[in-house]
Amino acid sequence: MTDTHDTPRTRSLRLGVAGPVGTGKSSVIAMLCRKLNEEFTMGVITNDIYTDEDARFLRSAGVLPSERIRAVETGACPHTAIRDDVTMNLLAVEDLEKDFAPLDIVLVESGGDNLTATFSPALVDAQIFVLDVAGGGDVARKGGPGIARADLLLVNKIDLAEYVEVDVEQMVKDAQSARDGRPVLALSKKMPDTVEALCEWVRQLHAAHSRGVHTPTDPGPMAPHFHATDEGGYEHSHESGDSSGEHAHH
Amino acid sequence: MTPNAALLLLADGRLPAGGYAHSGGFEPTARLQGLNDAAALEDFLEGRVTTSGFVAAAFAAAACAAAHAGNIGRLGQLDPELDARMPSPAVRAVSRALGRQLLRVITRIHPHPVLATLDPHAHQPTVFGAAAASFDLSPQDAALAVLHETITGPASAAVKVLSLDPYEVHSALARLTGLLDELAVRAAAHALDDPDQLPADASPLLDIAAEHHRSWDVRLFAS
Repeated sequence: MTDTHDTPRTRSLRLGVAGPVGTGKSSVIAMLCRKLNEEFTMGVITNDIYTDEDARFLRSAGVLPSERIRAVETGACPHTAIRDDVTMNLLAVEDLEKDFAPLDIVLVESGGDNLTATFSPALVDAQIFVLDVAGGGDVARKGGPGIARADLLLVNKIDLAEYVEVDVEQMVKDAQSARDGRPVLALSKKMPDTVEALCEWVRQLHAAHSRGVHTPTDPGPMAPHFHATDEGGYEHSHESGDSSGEHAHH
Repeated sequence: MTPNAALLLLADGRLPAGGYAHSGGFEPTARLQGLNDAAALEDFLEGRVTTSGFVAAAFAAAACAAAHAGNIGRLGQLDPELDARMPSPAVRAVSRALGRQLLRVITRIHPHPVLATLDPHAHQPTVFGAAAASFDLSPQDAALAVLHETITGPASAAVKVLSLDPYEVHSALARLTGLLDELAVRAAAHALDDPDQLPADASPLLDIAAEHHRSWDVRLFAS
């Protein structure tokens, strides 16, 4: 689905990072750049809502040469920029890949939005959805396209769990049951083993992408919707394995 | 027969060409000039569409005519003339960014040889005119669609920037439809002008506002 004009030499692994405001997307990106920049050449595109604050944060963190961190302004529509109209982001990613070729990984940070915002497979090859314990232990159970079907779900800031009275184990269990076997990682920047697990996931994804065996999937965002019938209609969602309501969408 | 459906496709704000991130100068103008109601928005839209909007429409019409004629040299002459009509570097940069985005979209959704002849960083009116020609639309169609976008972009931004009733905003757009049709006819009359003779109506306050806007730390829109 991604651009067919790309040559293998310049095409990076494009990895999206989405999730609600304040869950730690920028910190996760800074962490990945810091830990992986000796193994991979990396670039970052940020999508701020009103400012280029996230790009500035990452530049000041000094995790990458500052020219490899670029901001895209999304006109107060962060969800549109990663989903229905990806043109600005796609051009920004391609420019970065061309200007610093060859890049191994380009991270695209979504502007913090709500639980329904996910990346289009036209923009990224894979995506991480970030939640944090401080947002409430029940958020994972609520599900939604990003939580249920992103390539990886992170439960971040687990070191704060005791202060916000969240049972991390339960939250991870809820997330796993919402995800039908897709991976969930608990993360704290203060716990090196969790950071290493995240890095290892990215390494394996990059390896699969390089070998051409990674297939981008699309987490959403189709919401449960209504179909009128003679009996009055039924509501259903498009969860994987939901074959009961197969139908065409025109 | 006019390919009306293609015109609607090109003029639709949902075309994924990144227009939603821009307010057409409304965000900075609202603050700098103290615009705060629907009447002020309507004045802004009328001012924009009769000045820089009209220039963009005439250039789109000229690009459309040049593309129909296969006159690649003339297409290439339009961008320097547009640069000369945009004293603000910020306005020039946005026009070229929007042109690039539009070219990317049209090239993907409706490939046509004329598109490949354009500068990848051509101005938006130039790309729009060529895109219109690729759908067999007329210079007047191209002009009308550009005029339409000139006011609908800032109008949808305005309901996010100010506390405005969206019905009042669309009432203003409805009142301006007659003006748009009239301007489209006048813009299309320039389709075959020498490039340096194309309209050059100016909107200096928009240029100043755009330069201020670039320096803001916090803004909702990219322009």
